[in-house]
Amino acid sequence: MKYLDEYRDGAAAKALVAAIEKTATRPWVVMEVCGGQTHTIVRYGLDQVLPKRVELVHGPGCPVCVTPLEMIDRAHAVAARPEVVFCSFGDMLRVPGSHGDLLGLRARGADVRVVYSPLDAVKLAEANPSRQVVFFAIGFETTAPANAMAVWMAQRKGLSNFSVLVSHVLVPPALTAILESEDNRVQAFLGPGHVCAVMGVSEYEPIAARHRVPIVISGFEPVDLLDGILRAVKQLEAGEAKVENAYARAVRAEGNPASRALVEQVFEVCDRAWRGVGTIPKSGYRLRDELRAFDAERRFEVEGVRAQESPLCISGEVLRGLKRPADCPAFGRQCTPETPLGATMVSSEGACAAYHAYGRHLDERAAERR
Amino acid sequence: MCLGIPGKVLDVRREDGMLMATVQFGGITKQACLEHVPEARPGDYVVVHVGFALSRIDEAEARRIFELLAEMKALDELEAPDHEVP
Amino acid sequence: MAAPLGACPVQIGQYDRVVLGHGSGGKLTHELITQLFVPTFHNPTLAALEDQATIAVEGAGRLAFTTDSFVVSPVFFPGGDIGKLAVCGTVNDLAAGGAVPRHLAASFILEEGLPLADLRRVVESMRAACDEAGVSVVAGDTKVVERGKADGLFITTTGIGWAPEGRRLSIAAARPGDRVVVSGPLGDHGMAILSVREGLSFDTQLVSDCAPLGGLTEVMLRASPSLRCMRDPTRGGLASALNELAAASQVGVVVEESAVPVRPEVRGACELLGLEPLYVASEGRMVAVAPAPEVPALLHAMRAHPLGKGAAEIGEVIADFPGRVRVRSTVGGDRLLLMLSGEQLPRIC
Repeated sequence: MKYLDEYRDGAAAKALVAAIEKTATRPWVVMEVCGGQTHTIVRYGLDQVLPKRVELVHGPGCPVCVTPLEMIDRAHAVAARPEVVFCSFGDMLRVPGSHGDLLGLRARGADVRVVYSPLDAVKLAEANPSRQVVFFAIGFETTAPANAMAVWMAQRKGLSNFSVLVSHVLVPPALTAILESEDNRVQAFLGPGHVCAVMGVSEYEPIAARHRVPIVISGFEPVDLLDGILRAVKQLEAGEAKVENAYARAVRAEGNPASRALVEQVFEVCDRAWRGVGTIPKSGYRLRDELRAFDAERRFEVEGVRAQESPLCISGEVLRGLKRPADCPAFGRQCTPETPLGATMVSSEGACAAYHAYGRHLDERAAERR
Repeated sequence: MCLGIPGKVLDVRREDGMLMATVQFGGITKQACLEHVPEARPGDYVVVHVGFALSRIDEAEARRIFELLAEMKALDELEAPDHEVP
Repeated sequence: MAAPLGACPVQIGQYDRVVLGHGSGGKLTHELITQLFVPTFHNPTLAALEDQATIAVEGAGRLAFTTDSFVVSPVFFPGGDIGKLAVCGTVNDLAAGGAVPRHLAASFILEEGLPLADLRRVVESMRAACDEAGVSVVAGDTKVVERGKADGLFITTTGIGWAPEGRRLSIAAARPGDRVVVSGPLGDHGMAILSVREGLSFDTQLVSDCAPLGGLTEVMLRASPSLRCMRDPTRGGLASALNELAAASQVGVVVEESAVPVRPEVRGACELLGLEPLYVASEGRMVAVAPAPEVPALLHAMRAHPLGKGAAEIGEVIADFPGRVRVRSTVGGDRLLLMLSGEQLPRIC
C-alpha cells in the first residue's frame, strides 16, 4: 500500500536508528503524544532498537481512555433506553463504566452498534425514523470535523431522531498540563500528526517557546516516528526548542481551514474532565448553544449522572509519562484488558493496554532492556 | 489515536449535497467524504479517518525522508572509502 | 436417485416457514425430513431413517471424532453460508489430525419463522460441500425454538474419520528447528463476515475462504511424512493456532511478519479498521509444522493443489521462550503475539 509500506521499510528504519545513535550524546526523554504512535512503537518494537539513552515515554494521546467515567455512565444511561440505537466507534465498546461496558449492555438487550464513521450513524437515523439514533462523539481534534459534519448533515436534513453524546478532548492543553506538572521529565514531544492535519501547527509554537521543548509533528509509521525522534534529539542536542513538521506529506502548517471552520460552527471549547488526570480547563469541545437540540445529554436528561474514579489506578501518572505501566503493582494482575481498573488499560491505545497486548508484562527480554 | 490511512481517489462526485469519493486502500475501495479536500482529483492520495478525508498527500514531501536517507547513505560511504560504492 | 438440487418447491406441506410443529417429532417433522433433508443429503444410510447410523470400520487405523457448533450471523455471506461452514469446519478439524473425513451428523436448531427457502438453500449448500469433501451426512436431528431464541438457525456437526495406522500428528510434537507453513492468505473469512455488518461494509466484496481441506491435507502428509501437526486457524486466527501449539509442544515460535500472506483486500480492510490480520479467522486454510528438510517438497506439493496455491513458509520453531509466540517486524524489533481476549473490534485510535 503506497504511503504505508515504504514507511515500514526495515532498511530505512535501521539507517534512522543508526543516525539517532550517532546524534544522541546524552540521555533524553521524548514523549509521543498519540495513542496510534504508541501502538506503532510497541508493535514494531521501536523502543527495543533505540539506544538506551533515548527514552520514550507514552503520552495521553488516547481520547478513548481519557473519556471520563461519568461520560461512560451517561452513555450507558442513554443506550439502555429501548427507543435508542446507540452507535459508537469500536474502541468504546469495552471501556468500563461504573457498571460494566457497552458490550455487556448489548448482551443484556440494548441496541448498541459499531460504526466506522459518524456519517453512517446519520444514515441509520434516516433509515430508522421511529428510533432515536445516538452517536458517541469522542476523539481528539482529528475526529471533530467528521463529528461536526454528522451534526451539520442531520440539521440540514431536519432529522429529529439523531443526537450526539459529545466527549471531545484537545491536545495542546494536555501537553501544557504535562509540562506544568512538578515532576515532569519530558524534554521533547512527537506531536500528533493527524490532529495537526486538521488544526495546523501554530497552537504548538507558544508551548514550545514557553516551556523550551522541541515539538516535532510526526506521522504514525515506524519511519515517521524514527525520523521524528531523530529531529527531536538533534534539537535537544543543539539546545533548540522549535515546532518542526516532520509529517509534511499530510500536514500543512495552516492545517485544514475548511475543517476548522466547520468545527467552529458546530462546537465550542469548554472545560473537560480527563479520566485519571482530572479537569483540564478549556480542553474539550461541546456543542454550540444553537445546536444543543442535537445534544444527547440534554435530550435524554443524563447531564446529572456522576461517577467515582478507582483509587488503585495510577493512570494519571502513566498518562503524564511519570510512571511506566510496569511500575504499577496492579499491572497484568488485577488490572488487565479484560478487567481494566483505569484509563490507560481500557482502550487498545492506552499505554498499559498496548504494553499488555504485546506481552510486556510477560516479556523477560523487554524487562532486561529497561 | 487518529487512525488515518492513505488511499487513492478513484472518482469524485456530489451525493446528497456532499462531495464524496471512492477511495482505494490496498485491495478494497470505500466511500469517503471529500468535502474538506475538494482539490483532490482521481489519482491523488488522501488521508482518511473515520470515512472522512483530512488532507491530500503531497508526493514531493513524501519523498523527502527517502532522499535524505539516500544522502545519508552516500555520505556514510564517502566517509568509509574502503567500502565499495555501488 | 439424487433429487435435482433446487428443483423442489419452497413450500413443504402447507408451510413456507418453520413453525414449532416442525420440531415436535410428528407429521411436520417427518415432512421436513423426508421432503428436504433426506432427498438433499441423499445417501442410503440417512434414507433408512433409523435412530442411528451404523457404519463399517475402515482399515486398521484409528477413529477420529470431533464436533463443532455453528452460530454465524449473517447466515448467508459472500463465499458461503452457515451450512457450508458447518461441513467444512468439522471436516477440517478431522483433516488437521491426519484423518480422512467420512461421515457427519448434523443437528439443526431452527428459529420459528425461518423461511423454508433459506433452510433449503443452507441444506443444499451443505450437500455441495459434502460432495466436495467426500463425506455424507448420515444422521441428524431437528429442533425448533420460539421466535427470537435463535439467530435464524444454529447447526452442530459431529464428524468421524479414519486416521491410517501409524499416523501420529500432535500439536505437542513440534521441535526446535521445525518450520511453520500456511496453505494460503489469512483472514479472508473473518473480514468477509465483518464486512457484511452494518456500518463496516466496503465497496469491494470480501469473500470467505471457506473450503474443505481433506484433499489438501492428504497431499501434505504424502509430501512430508514426518509432518508434526496441522491446525486450521479459525477463531482467534493464526495467533491462537500458534499459541496452542507452542504451549503444547513447549517450544517458542517466531513468525516473520513480512512472510505471512494476506490478500490486498484483506490487508486494506484491516488497515482501515485498525485490525490485526494475525487474529482474523480463516475457514479454508491450514497451518502446519514440519521438519525443515521436508519443507521444500511440502510447499511444492501444496502449491500444486488448488487450495494450497498461496502456500508459504512463515516462521520457525525454536527452543527459546517455550510456550510463547513472537512476531519479528520489518523493522527488526519483535513483539509477543498473545491470544486475543474477546472479539477484535474496529478502532479509530
